[in-house]
Amino acid sequence: MRFHSKRFVAFAAAASLVIAACGGGDEAEDVPADEPAAADESAAADEPAAEPAPAPDEVTGTLIGAGASSQAAAMLGWQAGFQAAYPNATVEYDPIGSGGGRKQFLGGGSDFAGSDAALKDEEWESSKEVCAGDLGAINLPHYISPIAIPYNLPSLAGTTLQLSPEVIAGIFANQITNWSDAAIAAENPGVDLPDLAINPVHRADESGTTENFTDYMSQAAPDVWTYGAIEAWDADGPGGGEGAPQTSGVVAAVNAGEGSIGYADASQIGDLPAAAVGVAGSFVEFSPEAAGRIVDSSVRTGGRNEFDFAIEVNRTPDSADTYPIALVSYHIVCLEYADQETVDLVKAFMTYVSSDAGQRASAASAGSAPISDEVQAEIQKSIAVITVAG
Amino acid sequence: MTLLSPQSASVTAQTASRGRLGDRVFSGLSRAAGINILIILAGVAAFLVVEGRAGIFGDTEEMSGSDNFLQYVGPLVFGTVYASFLALLIAAPLGVAVALFISHYAPKRVSQTLGYLVDLLAAIPSVVFGIWGITVLAPILSGNLYPWLNENLDFLPFFSGTISTSGRSMLTAGIVLAVMILPVITAISREVFLQTPRLHEEASLALGATKWEMIRQAVLPYGRSGVISGCMLGLGRALGETMAVAIILSPSDGYFWSVLTNQNSNTIASNVALKFPEAYGLDVNRLIATGLVLFGITFLVNALARRVANAGFSGADG
Amino acid sequence: MTSVMNDVTAPTVGLDARRMSRAAEGAIAAVSLLLGISIPNLLGNGKWGWILIVAALSYVSLTYVGSRVLEDRRQATDRVMRATLTVAFVLVMLPLLSVTWTVIREGVSRFDGTFLGGTMRLTPEDLLAQREGFAAGGAFHAMVGTLIITGLAAAIAIPLGLLTAVYLVEYGRGRLARAITTMVDVMTGIPSIVAGLFAYALFVIIFGPGSRTGIAGGVALSVLMTPVVVRSAEEMLRLVPNELREASYALGVPKWRTILKVVIPTAVAGILTGITLAVARVIGETAPLLIAAGLAQETNVNPFDGRMTSLPVFTYYQYVQPGIPTEAGVERAWAAALMLVLIVAALFVLARVLANVLKPKGLR
Repeated sequence: MRFHSKRFVAFAAAASLVIAACGGGDEAEDVPADEPAAADESAAADEPAAEPAPAPDEVTGTLIGAGASSQAAAMLGWQAGFQAAYPNATVEYDPIGSGGGRKQFLGGGSDFAGSDAALKDEEWESSKEVCAGDLGAINLPHYISPIAIPYNLPSLAGTTLQLSPEVIAGIFANQITNWSDAAIAAENPGVDLPDLAINPVHRADESGTTENFTDYMSQAAPDVWTYGAIEAWDADGPGGGEGAPQTSGVVAAVNAGEGSIGYADASQIGDLPAAAVGVAGSFVEFSPEAAGRIVDSSVRTGGRNEFDFAIEVNRTPDSADTYPIALVSYHIVCLEYADQETVDLVKAFMTYVSSDAGQRASAASAGSAPISDEVQAEIQKSIAVITVAG
Repeated sequence: MTLLSPQSASVTAQTASRGRLGDRVFSGLSRAAGINILIILAGVAAFLVVEGRAGIFGDTEEMSGSDNFLQYVGPLVFGTVYASFLALLIAAPLGVAVALFISHYAPKRVSQTLGYLVDLLAAIPSVVFGIWGITVLAPILSGNLYPWLNENLDFLPFFSGTISTSGRSMLTAGIVLAVMILPVITAISREVFLQTPRLHEEASLALGATKWEMIRQAVLPYGRSGVISGCMLGLGRALGETMAVAIILSPSDGYFWSVLTNQNSNTIASNVALKFPEAYGLDVNRLIATGLVLFGITFLVNALARRVANAGFSGADG
Repeated sequence: MTSVMNDVTAPTVGLDARRMSRAAEGAIAAVSLLLGISIPNLLGNGKWGWILIVAALSYVSLTYVGSRVLEDRRQATDRVMRATLTVAFVLVMLPLLSVTWTVIREGVSRFDGTFLGGTMRLTPEDLLAQREGFAAGGAFHAMVGTLIITGLAAAIAIPLGLLTAVYLVEYGRGRLARAITTMVDVMTGIPSIVAGLFAYALFVIIFGPGSRTGIAGGVALSVLMTPVVVRSAEEMLRLVPNELREASYALGVPKWRTILKVVIPTAVAGILTGITLAVARVIGETAPLLIAAGLAQETNVNPFDGRMTSLPVFTYYQYVQPGIPTEAGVERAWAAALMLVLIVAALFVLARVLANVLKPKGLR
């Protein structure tokens, strides 16, 4: 941990309880489920340092965000829920893409950014110029979108295909080209695999889904997937396979051809079966809860300050109750803003988003996985220290 | 078409009205509008150059994919030209046939209506064609035609390889493009076929030619340049077509001849539509630079079409 | 013009030429249809596509064989070409029918009040309703966006295009006029996505990086629309007989009033038809608006601030990002496609009506 100013020292000391809670987070109070406004108050009540949160109808103005289009569907749910609870507040979100969102935030064009990747170090440095004060910005992992691996093998109806990371990477790197391959058979004993060519389907557009899926393969099967974490498959990937635009294109392409396999937002795969993924020696089927645990088992990258939640997503968890393939998307906010109105807006909105109610809203509108109670509590403590500079 | 030029009449009028304020204002306005067209076009080229330059010469380390610009745009140019060429290969004979049918075979009472019907095909938005192509046409083709081509003609490199199970192949894109450019070819061909001098046609028939022989002797030679320029305009349209290709084609990086597999070179326009919404930084500039390349290609094709049309009509008029 | 041609029956060749009887022609058509239905079914593939193909092929080949036997080689070729051209026309009509039928069949289910009056600004209740299969979400914001963007494009392109056409026909001579004519041709060939990139690049300089606005969409479309307006207006103005202009000048009317009061009113039917068709051409454009105007979830009436959804872009995104459940979005996409096709068809009809109603009497 590095201290960047005397004021930060004072600041950190005042919020000492928060810092102490960073490791455990067990002492977090249960957040009331249904009322975002109440959630805001109870979370704030824990904080000795933070000023009391204003009443919902005192939060006024327009909060402007821009960034990842992966969050666009979730944002619909958040906007609806937040604006119902805070009648005088408006949230606008411009889905211009993660990179563009970070750029606009760092240029002062928005109050927060949505991004599939946390701020890079040099971006964090420049965030200190944009944010009031000099504490810079923090990353809050608010949106976890599980990525399923749907496949089209009608002859396997009833059984779930089990695939280890190495086999998944082998398929998408075009090294395993037939369903009857010995590597697949070894992981699916007793399953009568068809002698059929594998047609791996990937996204034709640039997307955070591709980046997270390839990041998974390069972490979990680095020997097989040597292309790293990439956003654009056709430019940087192994070639081969079928490209289809957007999630719906991938799902349609998998649906259209027997022997196809793809990767797509779990909420969008419809009736297609999804493979169980090899984790810590066993196979985990996708479920929102299992995917939500991915943030718990990941480590924070750290090095900036106590409140930053940038994580190195751990794709090889130790416990077999975690589903490791998910897109983790952040909200990037300043720790200090220039005026009270923005502070109130940011705190109210981010507190709502990270609450149970907010997570349920995005699950309803975007099929996301909820972040766990422990992580919720920690995130809310980071949000509570957001304040006016000076 | 052969009316006297209105300018010859205006010469006398101009002297009479010179000096009148209204005239000066009006002629100034219309002249300004004309010059504006030049400015806009120069602006299109200038902005594309200004914003695209960084994409061509910028640091490729900061862009996705580490190729230089030529390696990046090469497969896209190939895909653009290949898809358009396929479309033309299908649409040109069909378009001419339909034009002949409407101009010389259909009963006169309905021929104009039939012409409207073909024109209507040009009015369907390309995004609708794209969704129709992938949900209706692609399954039909990949379920029937493609396996047959693949089994019986796979000695040709175009039909070899593993066929795309979902029909997201170059041939599907080419066929949808063909449907979209067919009205252009038909409209222009129909126009020139109708302009065939009646004397030529009747002379041919009087010599005992059958209708088809008359068409070969009189109509087709007269209309040849018109047909060619119609085809070039159709080609220009196909080169720039975006959404239908973006929705249908399964793109890969590289050069691919086979038209049935899911390995296809993307087209410039479709690549921009797919990548632009999420792009930022230098990637945006590079996409704009590919737009500039596309602009150049269509410019060449259209210039060629104009040259053919001009050469042809002046010869035929004599 | 072609009436004479089409009334000429196929000429007899030689005095003793044998002719195929009507009965024989009918028999060939009937047998082809029979073959078309039976062969695919016998081979175990009775899809209507194969039926059509086999019927068409047998019609063409039986016509040739019949004509070779009953007539001669030249007549046979003639008949085969007639049959082939007819088949080609039918073949080309198939996609039109298929697209129209598909759009109507798929689009009609969500073509309801919620679709026409609602936006994609969904409430929690809407999301719940949608999950349970009820209608939610609409394209009102997209229709407003299309109206504003197309309106802006028309507001730029129509005056610019008309004045340019007037300049080319009434004033222009020499190098400038030739340059403008050539450049209008070049402009006609600008790919729509390039127009979108241009508008984006232009407004990025004004509004900053990443900006997507309605006005940028309008400018992009106006680049595509202007040359179409110039071309059609120019053609129509040239059709106005010079006698009308000369008569006006002889009465001492200044040139500008002659143009405004005599030339343009005479050509107004053609000009309006051309403008309507130009609007029809750009209203379905997706790619330039995807780039320049972006996607918004709710109604935005300010073209200078924020994204503005249009119907084509709405169609595309509802199809590729359908939400939960996917059927909801896909149904909205088809409904929007139906809406688009209806608008374009209405514009086409309007163009024909304008051409007929406003056609000046005595001219052609």
